[in-house]
Amino acid sequence: MKINYCDALVIGGGLAGLRAAVAAQKKGLSTVVLSLVPVKRSHSAAAQGGMQASLGNSKMSDGDNEDLHFADTVKGSDWGCDQDVARMFVHTAPKAIRELASWGVPWSRVEKGTREAVINAKKTTITEDEDRHGLITSRDFGGTKKWRTCYTADATGHTMLFGVANEALRHDVDIRDRKEALSLIHENGRCYGAIVRDLITGELEAYVAKGTCIATGGYGRVFKQTTNAVICEGTGAAIALETGIATLGNMEAVQFHPTPIVPSGILLTEGCRGDGGILRDVDGHRFMPDYEPEKKELASRDVVSRRMIEHIRNGKGVPSPYGYHVWLDISILGREHIEKNLRDVQEICQIFNGIDPADEGPKGWAPVLPMQHYSMGGIRTKPTGESQNLAGLFACGEAACWDMHGFNRLGGNSVSETVVAGMIIGNYFADYCLANDVTIPTKTVQKFLDEQDKYLDELLAYEGSEDIFKIKNRMKQLMDDKVGIFRSGEPLKEAVEELKELLAKTKKINIKSKERAGNPELEEAYRVPMMLKVALCVAKGARERTESRGAHYREDFLMRDDKNWLNRTLTSWPNKNDMEPTITYEPLDIMKMEMPPAFRGYGAKGMIIEHELSAVRQEQVDSITEKMESEGKDRHQIQDALMPFDLPMNYKEKNERAGDK
Amino acid sequence: MSTQKGREITISVLKYNPRSKVSKPHFVEYKLEETPGMTLFIALTQIREFHDPDLSFDFVCRAGICGSCGMMVNGKPALGCRTLIANYPTGKLQLMPMPAFELIKDLSVNTGKWMDSMSKRVESWVHSNHEVDISKLEDRIEPKVANDTFELDRCIECGICVASCGTMLMRPNFVGPVGLNRVARFEIDPHDSRTAEDFYELIGDDDGVFGCMSLMACEDHCPKHLPLQNKIAYLRRKLVALR
Repeated sequence: MKINYCDALVIGGGLAGLRAAVAAQKKGLSTVVLSLVPVKRSHSAAAQGGMQASLGNSKMSDGDNEDLHFADTVKGSDWGCDQDVARMFVHTAPKAIRELASWGVPWSRVEKGTREAVINAKKTTITEDEDRHGLITSRDFGGTKKWRTCYTADATGHTMLFGVANEALRHDVDIRDRKEALSLIHENGRCYGAIVRDLITGELEAYVAKGTCIATGGYGRVFKQTTNAVICEGTGAAIALETGIATLGNMEAVQFHPTPIVPSGILLTEGCRGDGGILRDVDGHRFMPDYEPEKKELASRDVVSRRMIEHIRNGKGVPSPYGYHVWLDISILGREHIEKNLRDVQEICQIFNGIDPADEGPKGWAPVLPMQHYSMGGIRTKPTGESQNLAGLFACGEAACWDMHGFNRLGGNSVSETVVAGMIIGNYFADYCLANDVTIPTKTVQKFLDEQDKYLDELLAYEGSEDIFKIKNRMKQLMDDKVGIFRSGEPLKEAVEELKELLAKTKKINIKSKERAGNPELEEAYRVPMMLKVALCVAKGARERTESRGAHYREDFLMRDDKNWLNRTLTSWPNKNDMEPTITYEPLDIMKMEMPPAFRGYGAKGMIIEHELSAVRQEQVDSITEKMESEGKDRHQIQDALMPFDLPMNYKEKNERAGDK
Repeated sequence: MSTQKGREITISVLKYNPRSKVSKPHFVEYKLEETPGMTLFIALTQIREFHDPDLSFDFVCRAGICGSCGMMVNGKPALGCRTLIANYPTGKLQLMPMPAFELIKDLSVNTGKWMDSMSKRVESWVHSNHEVDISKLEDRIEPKVANDTFELDRCIECGICVASCGTMLMRPNFVGPVGLNRVARFEIDPHDSRTAEDFYELIGDDDGVFGCMSLMACEDHCPKHLPLQNKIAYLRRKLVALR
């Protein structure tokens, strides 16, 4: 048996994992990062539009601060998020972006003087002050009070990923790619690393560490229509689930993005609408103002996605061989703007659809349709990133539910979360590795390795008649059809039942090649059952949650039900042979919230079943705020009185802004 | 999407597993029905699901962003995900793994390993002694300079420039267009304090900027249209002036 020992093991080499690894390495820990693919190819690279951080440098973001970012994030989450975590996040985001700037991420900068912009489909002139020249600029995104999304044209995730990966190289982090974790090693409620398969040689090895951090991204590929990269299969969450101890949180909270292009599902960034692009129907009519008079195309993603489908259902969709879609029109921004700030978008339209979106009129309109985009759910952790149940297991980024997005994530908050969580959780994780020793006997490690070794042989020995690719494709179709944007009881029930059948079928396959290495079908054979378990957590969680909140929308329960459902879904898989997850719930404490539940300011009005404590807490918050304001206390002191929060390192320091008085 | 529906296409793939004792390089032909907008990502996925579950290839983003799927398409290096079948009037495509990289199996090559060693060789990170206080205002950067840095930072390390490089064939240790572009990127980044002299130490030899024969197939094939010719010439002039 080959055992690799290290202090800190990070599984997943996207932005979150790499940033956490840098944190661990900088604290003197020997740190290993395992990745399915060369880390610079991670799905983080696909984040186009930008990263939210309340710098407040540019004209349209002047006056921005942590409080506004916090409020937008909580409203966006439809009050499902952990407000402590949201506070930790918004306070660290400006630091994260400044750190990245010093690591070489070439953020687009404020240019003094006047420029043209398109706001609400009208040409507008914006004048930037001279004293802001050269500071990091920002653009508009959905669901935000200020222009808060910082960017490098439309390749933000790419430049961030290269910046952080380069920094990891500089610190000599041990990065090993084409390695896949198959299971976690654990004993007496503590995690000690993972059993890992080399994707080139097929060899199994053990990685034993003081602490393990999973940062493997989301589970979008359990759906058919998704913007996610092909590696986003949720297997990182699955290996945590399969410990039988760690839990997953809010797995039914799945975001659908309004503007992937049809039919490839490649994302056209929210920056298209943020910069002034609009949605049009079969008649060329701009329909979003009819539904959302205030925020129009820039309401939160869950709302815009539903309105688009609603409009198509009203007979206003554009017919195509791939079903109905609507149009995204960015030609009104002008060719110069598109070729500078939305170049990747232009390339995608040209290469995959033969459209130049800078062409004026219908010729330049791109066909778009909402598709799966983001997984709010993930490995449930404390605000420190450590699993609530399995000590020594940490998770960060999209793989985790710590939980800053609740039931809907704002555009620009995910790529921001990756680095911020990498900083915060990476440091808590490193502290854990510094304080705890490896105490596991090699015999136990051997047992975990033997289990996987035997399992792979077992898979190759199956002599059934089922086809693993067919099972996988059926799962994806099922998730699209019955667990998608619009959900209701009966289809969800059917989905759960059929997913269970599919899970049973995975033991009746027949793998054609019997090789243990270089055998893609074998890889599907062990991944698909994991994906089905994740899909079952999503479908069953959605079936049980009889309310509509954020991206989880039940046509048979249209109200957001704070009275009964202000809680977080926890799924676990206690026994290996179970065919469905076990669900429990964790309540949210209104009396500790800085911002008690209320109306989001967009979406349908009057659709909330109130919790009696919301008003009580609001009154408390108001009276504390009023009293402290009259005593001359500043916003930081008031915030601290309402909901104190902790951060590691010096991240709690106040963020300086150009607009500070 | 002007593709004729239902055209029969033939995709011929060089299959070889260098880790197997019995495997020998050979071409396998797959016949598929073309669908509108079909890319090599869609076609190869179909081949694996319906014809040959043993066929190895690499895709990640399938959108031309991650640089995973470089391969030789009818003799020219290209990103598989961006290769539209409709652009091949004969309906015949021959696929081979990219040269210059270690072959893993079939179309899968180890670009990651190569890029990692290139990154370490040119010290592909910001060199600075300036302690940054991340609670304070960021350093100001001229918008144009930030934009120029971004232009070169758009490289996705797909390896297509390396696979198309003539110098690479003669000098296996050549740092490659991707490596020279990386140096050019840090050279204009104001955060990086390295001098021309420092860069000379890294690439001032025949395995570096003086090895390039200016055949420029790199720029012809770069899927990100990076100004490689220009930047290599610039670096060469700048570094040759030092000696």
